[in-house]
Amino acid sequence: MGIEEKAGNLGIVTTTLETVVNWGRTNAMWPLLFGLACCAIEMMGAQASNYDLSRFGMELNRASPRQADLMIVAGRVSRKMAPVVRRLYDQMPEPKWVIAMGDCAACGGIFNNYAIVQGVDEVVPVDVYVAGCPPRPEALIDGIMMLHQKVMREKINGKKEAPIRIEHPLMQVK
Amino acid sequence: MAEPITVPTPQQIIEPALAGRTETMVLNMGPHHPSTHGVLRLVLELDGEVVVNVAPDVGYLHTGIEKTMESKTYQKAVVLTDRMDYLAPLSNNLCYALAVEKLLDVEIPERAQIARVLLTELQRLSSHLVWLGTHALDLAAMSVFLYAFREREQILDIFELVSGARMMTSYFRIGGLAYDLPADFIPTVEQFLAIMPSRIDEYEDLLTANPLWLERTVGVGVIDAQSAIALGLTGANLRATGVAYDVRKAMPYSGYETYSFEIPIGKNGDIYDRYRVRIAEMRQSVKIVQQATERLRELGPGPVVTPNRKVAPPPKREITESMESLIHHFKLWTEGFKPPRGDAYVSIESPRGILGCYVVSDGSPKPWRVHFRAPSFINLQSLAHMAKGRLVADLVALIASLDPVLGEVDR
Amino acid sequence: MDNQTVLAALRAQLGKEILAVSEFRGDLSVTLTPAGYLAAAQLLRDDPELAYTFLENLCGVDYLGRKPRFEVVAHLTSMRHRHRVCLKVGCDEPNPAVPSLTPLFPTANYQERETFDLLGITFTGHPSLTRILLPDDWIGHPLRKDHPLGDEEIAFSFNQDRIYARKPFARE
Repeated sequence: MGIEEKAGNLGIVTTTLETVVNWGRTNAMWPLLFGLACCAIEMMGAQASNYDLSRFGMELNRASPRQADLMIVAGRVSRKMAPVVRRLYDQMPEPKWVIAMGDCAACGGIFNNYAIVQGVDEVVPVDVYVAGCPPRPEALIDGIMMLHQKVMREKINGKKEAPIRIEHPLMQVK
Repeated sequence: MAEPITVPTPQQIIEPALAGRTETMVLNMGPHHPSTHGVLRLVLELDGEVVVNVAPDVGYLHTGIEKTMESKTYQKAVVLTDRMDYLAPLSNNLCYALAVEKLLDVEIPERAQIARVLLTELQRLSSHLVWLGTHALDLAAMSVFLYAFREREQILDIFELVSGARMMTSYFRIGGLAYDLPADFIPTVEQFLAIMPSRIDEYEDLLTANPLWLERTVGVGVIDAQSAIALGLTGANLRATGVAYDVRKAMPYSGYETYSFEIPIGKNGDIYDRYRVRIAEMRQSVKIVQQATERLRELGPGPVVTPNRKVAPPPKREITESMESLIHHFKLWTEGFKPPRGDAYVSIESPRGILGCYVVSDGSPKPWRVHFRAPSFINLQSLAHMAKGRLVADLVALIASLDPVLGEVDR
Repeated sequence: MDNQTVLAALRAQLGKEILAVSEFRGDLSVTLTPAGYLAAAQLLRDDPELAYTFLENLCGVDYLGRKPRFEVVAHLTSMRHRHRVCLKVGCDEPNPAVPSLTPLFPTANYQERETFDLLGITFTGHPSLTRILLPDDWIGHPLRKDHPLGDEEIAFSFNQDRIYARKPFARE
C-alpha cells in the first residue's frame, strides 16, 4: 500500500538490503503470548478495543515461542519462573527481541526480596525497558514503537545496539 | 458416601509414570500456556483425551509479599497488597485496611465508607469483565473480549480520575481514603451507570443462549455444595452450587448491611451456572453503585479519613498552623503508628471469593505477620475434583470459570 | 451463636486441653494442646448445633523468642450461624509439628502445604506434605524470622556503575 504511493508510476524502487529486511521485520513482528502478572493485564488492554495494538501490525500473538519474534516480559519474574523464561527465549528463532515491561521486569520494582529476580536482564538480554507499575498501554505502545525504530537502525552484520530505557517524563533526571 | 476428596500433587502423578507403573499418559500444561491465565502449571494424567487426574503446580509467581510486608510499616505495606490480586487491587486494599483498622479500633467517616463500597463494587465489575472476556476468548468467542474491555476501560478511567492510577490505585488507606474524591466523580460514575445495564444485556445476547457456549459449559465441571464447602470453594463458584453464602450479607463490613442487593445463586454448580451467577452479580454491583452514588450526593462533602491523628495524618493546611499537627505528621511518616499487641482476622467478599487477612501486631510500627487467605489459591484445589473424567478441552473452560488470578495464588 | 456458647461447648468436651482463651475486638480465639486442636476441630465440625463446617483460613506464625516458637492458626466458620472461631496450637523447635486438619477439611491441604513450605511446620497426617510455592530444591523457610529478606542493593545514579559491573547480565 505505502510502497505504491512512494514509487508512483516508476515501478522500481531503489533501496538498501538492510532497509528492506528491517522494514519487513518491524511491520510483521509477532509477540509471544506470554503474560506473567499485572502488566499482562495492561498488555491485554493494549491489544483490546481502545488501544488496538493491531494498528502497528502487532495483533498476532503467537502461543508458541517457535513462531514469535518478540518476547514482552510482562510482570515480575520469580526465581522459580526464571528458568522457564530463559527456555522460552532459547526456543524463539533468530532474530528475536525482548521488551521488559514494567518495573518488576526492569529492575525488580517494589519487590526487593528473596523470591523475585531483580531485573529480567539477568535472565534474557533486553532491548527496551518500559517503566511504570504497571505501564499504561500507551507506554507499552511507545516501547514497541521505540523497538521498531531500533530494528530499523540495525546493521546487516548483526551488531546490536545498547538497550533503550523509556521512563515517565516526570521521572527523567535532566 | 462418595469417595473421599483428594487433592493430588504433581509428584504423585509424575513418579508412578516415570517408574513405568501406569498405562496412562502424563502431559505437562504450562506454566506458559495461553489458557492457564498466567503461569499456572498443570500436570495431567490422560487416558486418551480423558483426564484421569490433574494436579496444579503453583508458585511460578511467588513474590514474597507476606515477608516483604513484615519489613514495611503498616501504611507502606498498602502498596504491596495491590499487586496480589491484580484484577481487584481495591478489594485487597480494603481487606488489609479493615484488618489493621480492627487492630487499631478506629472509626471510619461515612463518606469514606460509601466511597469504599462504591469503588470496590466498580472493581468487582471490572474484574468480572476481564473474567468474561478471557473466559469467552478461551472458548473461541473473540468479540466478547473486545466488548468487555471497552467497558473496563471506562471503569479504569474512573479509577484514574480518583487516584491517578489505572490499576494499582492504593486508594484505600488505613483510616479512610488517600484523599478526597474529585468534584466530577459523581457525574462520571452516573454516565457509566447509564450505559452499563444495557452493555450487560449485550454480553448476554452474545453468550447466554448461544448453542456453542451452552455445548461447552452446561453440565461441565459440576461440583456439589457439600464438596465445594469441604474444598473451601468460595465466591461465585460456591454460589453456583446453590449455597447463598456471601460475606457482604453474612458478616457485613463497610456498611454493606445498609444496601439493598440480592445474592444470585445457581443450582447445578456447573460452568454455565457460574457464568450466570457472575453476570447476575454484575447487575447487583451496578445496583449497589447506584445506591452509593445517591448517598454520596446526599451526604455532601466531608472528611474522608479518621480524625484520630495517631493513625491518619492531619490535613496539609493544619500543618502550617499547628505544632501538634506537624509533630503528628512527622511521627507518622518517620516512625508510623503502633497498634496494640494482638491479632485480627477480617474477611471480605472479593470478586474471586472470600479474601481474608490475618494480621499479628507485636506493638511495633511494623506488622509481625500478615497472612492473606487467597481465594484463588484455595479455589484451585477443587480443579482435580471437577476435571476428573472430562476431556482436556473442558479443562480449559474449567480453569477460566474458576477465575484464578495467579498473582494471588502465589502471593 | 455467640462466643460464650461455643466456648462452653468446647469447655464441656475438652476442658483439659484448653490452654488459653482470649477475646480481642469481639473475636474468640482458643489456644489448645495439639491433641485438643484436632478434637476441637472435629467437635466444631460434627456437632449439628455448632456446624462449623467451613475451614476459612489456616496459617502459621513464627514468634521468635517465645515459647513455643511457632503457632498454627485456624479460623473455622459456621455458615449457618454466621460466626467464626479461631483455634490456635503451638509447636516448638527442633521439629515443629502439629496434627493435620486435612482429613477433616480437604481445603486444609494447600494451606498446610503452604505453611510447611514457608515456615517449616510439619503437619502429621497430611497425605502429601511437599513444597508448593517454592521450588523443590529450595533451602530454608523464608517466612521464619531468622531468614533474611534477601534484598539486593538498589541502583541509583551514584552507585549504578559499581552495581552494574557486578550484576550477572544475561547473554544471547
